Amino acid sequence: MIIKGNIALSENGFVFNPSTGDSFTLNNSGKEVLMMIKEGKNLTQIADMMIAKYDADRITIERYLEDFVNDLSVNNLMED
Amino acid sequence: MTNLRKVTVGVTGLNNIDSPGPGIPVIRGLRESKDFDLRVIGLAYEHLEPGIYMSDLVDKTYMIPYPAEGKDALFRRLVEINQKEKLDVIIPNFDAELFSFIKLEKKLEELGIKTYLPSLEQFEERHKSNLPAYGEKYGVNVPSGTEVFSISDLDNTLKSMNYPVMIKGKYYDAYKAYSFEQAVSYFTNMSGKWGLPVIVQEFIRGTEVNVIALGDGKGNLIAAVPMRKQYITDKGKAWGGITIDDKSMLDLAEKIISRTKWKGGMELELIRTSDNKLYLLEINPRIPAWVYLAVGAGQNIPEALLKLTLGMDVKPFTKYDFGKMFVRYSYDMIVDLELFSRLTTTGEL
Repeated sequence: MIIKGNIALSENGFVFNPSTGDSFTLNNSGKEVLMMIKEGKNLTQIADMMIAKYDADRITIERYLEDFVNDLSVNNLMED
Repeated sequence: MTNLRKVTVGVTGLNNIDSPGPGIPVIRGLRESKDFDLRVIGLAYEHLEPGIYMSDLVDKTYMIPYPAEGKDALFRRLVEINQKEKLDVIIPNFDAELFSFIKLEKKLEELGIKTYLPSLEQFEERHKSNLPAYGEKYGVNVPSGTEVFSISDLDNTLKSMNYPVMIKGKYYDAYKAYSFEQAVSYFTNMSGKWGLPVIVQEFIRGTEVNVIALGDGKGNLIAAVPMRKQYITDKGKAWGGITIDDKSMLDLAEKIISRTKWKGGMELELIRTSDNKLYLLEINPRIPAWVYLAVGAGQNIPEALLKLTLGMDVKPFTKYDFGKMFVRYSYDMIVDLELFSRLTTTGEL
């Protein structure tokens, strides 16, 4: 699970893909997850951190994470 | 204090309207050059081309005859203008006038006026109607298409195509038609406006991306900046765009420039499909109206073009900033009637 190297993520959650010109806005949790993916963490590690921080069960968190990673992939932000 | 080289440049395409000509952004780029003491002479076809009244950018404007009046009428007028202005360079910015300027290249040179244009062969080869052959010759994906000269031609062509199709004018304009009736309406409109043939092209679904490029006529790519359209008007013009980091688009520009030995500015109009293929829709044989984005991204293409025209050494640009955007806007100038009447009566302002 690797984010494309040239993807820019700003502190306010703005994501820019310089290859396509696409831009996206993430909420706080989306930004945190993307930053953790960029740091090289896997989904289990990210889920553990999110469970510790947010008031939600593992199944819910993991489902959201899978959806989010799928969105990243559909929008060409992940390496193939 | 440095003595800057005095240069007088004639520029066409001052129609900074909803389908803007490239003249004003070309002049903005030229004005940013630190190497010239520039005098800009506008060359206009219509009295209401906004650039005529932009006195901070255009020093003086002269009316010139429409391309339909032929190259001899254009040459006679340029001789008159040159007697007053001693033009060093002309940068033509309309597809429809390029034929005349290319034909007049030598005669203008004899007057001391330089241009930097593709050869007639290069110009003709990239016509929309020749695109399929062009794609095959240079190994580039192009949509299938054909030229039509009559409504019965159109009818026959559409029988073997799926809707929607693109109906394109010989020089400008392109519309998406979803039915035969719509196609006929666009055909009639386009043939009346730009003449025949009208081009019918396969519609390719995807993201509209463009590359502006400058070739030196020897096969070298001097400048190139890829852009993605972000906001598109109902005329298909980019009203907002962003520079992107797309090596495949730069490679395509390099391939076309080097194989055709293109001389001058050009724009590649492309579509990137969802399976990541690039299709070449058109090659515009001049600098596009969004050129100022390239200037803002670090490649002053108008300045480089002027230097090439003057025979100066220009090193190829090797980088540009990606993620630079342009946002176009319209602006109402207040113009005294006296200026308009002077232009309409004397042909100059």
